[in-house]
Amino acid sequence: MSEIDRSQFEWIGANATEAEKISRPSTNYWKDAMHRLSKNKAAMFCLFIIITIGLLSLLVPVLSPYTISEQHLTHTDAPMFFADPTDGHLHIFGTDTLGRDIFTRTWAGGRVSLFIAFAAVFINFIIGIIYGGISGYLGGAVDNVLMRIIEIINGIPYLIIVVLLMMIIPPGAMTMVIAYAFVGWTGMARLVRGQIMSLKQQDYIIAAKVMGAKPSRIIGKHLLPNTLSVVIVNITLAIPAAIFTEAFLSYIGLGVPVPMASWGTLANDGSRVFQMFPSQLIIPAICISLTMLSFNLLGDGLRDALDPKLRR
Amino acid sequence: MFKYIVKRLAYAVLTLFVLSALTFFMMRLLPGDPFIGEKAIPETTLKALNAKYGLDQPLFVQFGMYIRNILQGDLGLSIHYNRPVTDIIAQAFPYSFDLGLRALIFATVMGVFLGIVAAVKRGTIWDTATMLIAIIGVSVPGFIIGALLQYFLGLKLFQWTGIRFFPITGWSTFASKILPAFALSFGSLATISRLMRTTMLDVLGQDYIKTAKSKGLSQRKIIWKHAVRNAIMPVITVLGPIAAAVLTGAFVVENIFSIPGMGKFFVLSIQTQDYTMISGTTLFYGAFLVIASLIVDIAYGFIDPRVKITEAKE
Repeated sequence: MSEIDRSQFEWIGANATEAEKISRPSTNYWKDAMHRLSKNKAAMFCLFIIITIGLLSLLVPVLSPYTISEQHLTHTDAPMFFADPTDGHLHIFGTDTLGRDIFTRTWAGGRVSLFIAFAAVFINFIIGIIYGGISGYLGGAVDNVLMRIIEIINGIPYLIIVVLLMMIIPPGAMTMVIAYAFVGWTGMARLVRGQIMSLKQQDYIIAAKVMGAKPSRIIGKHLLPNTLSVVIVNITLAIPAAIFTEAFLSYIGLGVPVPMASWGTLANDGSRVFQMFPSQLIIPAICISLTMLSFNLLGDGLRDALDPKLRR
Repeated sequence: MFKYIVKRLAYAVLTLFVLSALTFFMMRLLPGDPFIGEKAIPETTLKALNAKYGLDQPLFVQFGMYIRNILQGDLGLSIHYNRPVTDIIAQAFPYSFDLGLRALIFATVMGVFLGIVAAVKRGTIWDTATMLIAIIGVSVPGFIIGALLQYFLGLKLFQWTGIRFFPITGWSTFASKILPAFALSFGSLATISRLMRTTMLDVLGQDYIKTAKSKGLSQRKIIWKHAVRNAIMPVITVLGPIAAAVLTGAFVVENIFSIPGMGKFFVLSIQTQDYTMISGTTLFYGAFLVIASLIVDIAYGFIDPRVKITEAKE
């Protein structure tokens, strides 16, 4: 215990300039939201899982000693952690009925599934924001017609349209994207329209109008940026829906063509030998479910972070 | 009210028209010609065949014929089975309807119940458990749940105990209906329970609930008489889309459990590229769902007095 000197307790006087100084950088809406998100342990864990799955999907197909279509007919349906007798490489998830390495196929499939999901949602986002923006901003008769069109499209179950579309365009990852985007944008368009309808009554929009801003500038510069938080949450929640659609279509036989793999086609292949080799279905099933779960929870977390009013 | 029903009806008819136009033109876009076979057909015969089936008519006349055939209940001949599509639907649809209805009822009753429990016991272990079930239900596709249930409860449980609690496949006894109906309902159950919880929490925060509490009503009466009646409204509106999800989800669940319903035929027709069967079943499904959501919409108009009020104001 060191002796504390009395001089350390002397008053050094008030410093007027120091007292007014803001020592921390000021926070804005996005920083605040990200701070709130980083406090949400479940959402951060989900973000970590998503990044991990993304990295594995990017790296494993490149680094793996096997390719997705390479067959090892000497050891088909091998169990997990099976060491290849010829070169000693490990089949971490085993091999499938054709002796293909499931570990490589799972992550190559992840690439395809995630690509389809992201691309489809991105297209939905673009169409939805333009359609919803126009509809919400112009209002009146234009809005009426545009919304009636959406209502009719929504009246038809989207999976049925997707199945019909898949029949006429040649199979492939891009086909899936187009088929899903063909009907998936209506939700986003409705959401953006609703937001813009309420935002355009705000005073700052009237101020911009008075100053002579063109509609394109008002929509692009003032309205859309303010809908961004809702849109981001919607995108995060739309990705699991797209992953589900991909898995569903692959499962009923409308997936990407062989020898390409996606999580849906892997699950479909696995379900055929499920009674004997359950791991072949369980692995893609876990990938699909874990990814969907993570995006769902991250979306919930983002909603809480971006709009604290809605928190329950 | 009358105006509301007419408006809904007009939408349903328009949607059905768009759907039939969509299937018609998509079938026309498909590659191939019905008369191209192994044998070369003479020019005049081909002309006669085209004339016989009306294929020499302009496209819109053909479309008119197509619509007329549909209205008369003729969906064409299945290429794979060589039987009228309507025959196959009549044979298979009762199974799908049975399965779908069971799943829908289970999902609605359980979902509403779990939502109420979660909202009333907010923040407790019940709430957390219910929301965990809900998030799993939203995140795990029905076909995975179906396959897992079949493996563990159908196969493994039988191997461990020697008693067959649940048959692996088929649609005959009550026990055989439990697993498929549960697998099919799980996703919808999750959606409904999440929605019910949110609206229930919203309603429980309203002033009239405070009034009911302060005039000394019992907790049970407040929840069932005042809260649930109002909170259940949004759940009714999503029943239309949920019915659609259940019916399309049945495609795979029926396949997993080998139930001889429509889903199995639909998936098979995709795999065998049986075009008439696909267009026929698509149209049938579309019409069924459009009518189902029409009924939900009209029922909603009767149940929720607010619809009548806004109509009157207009």
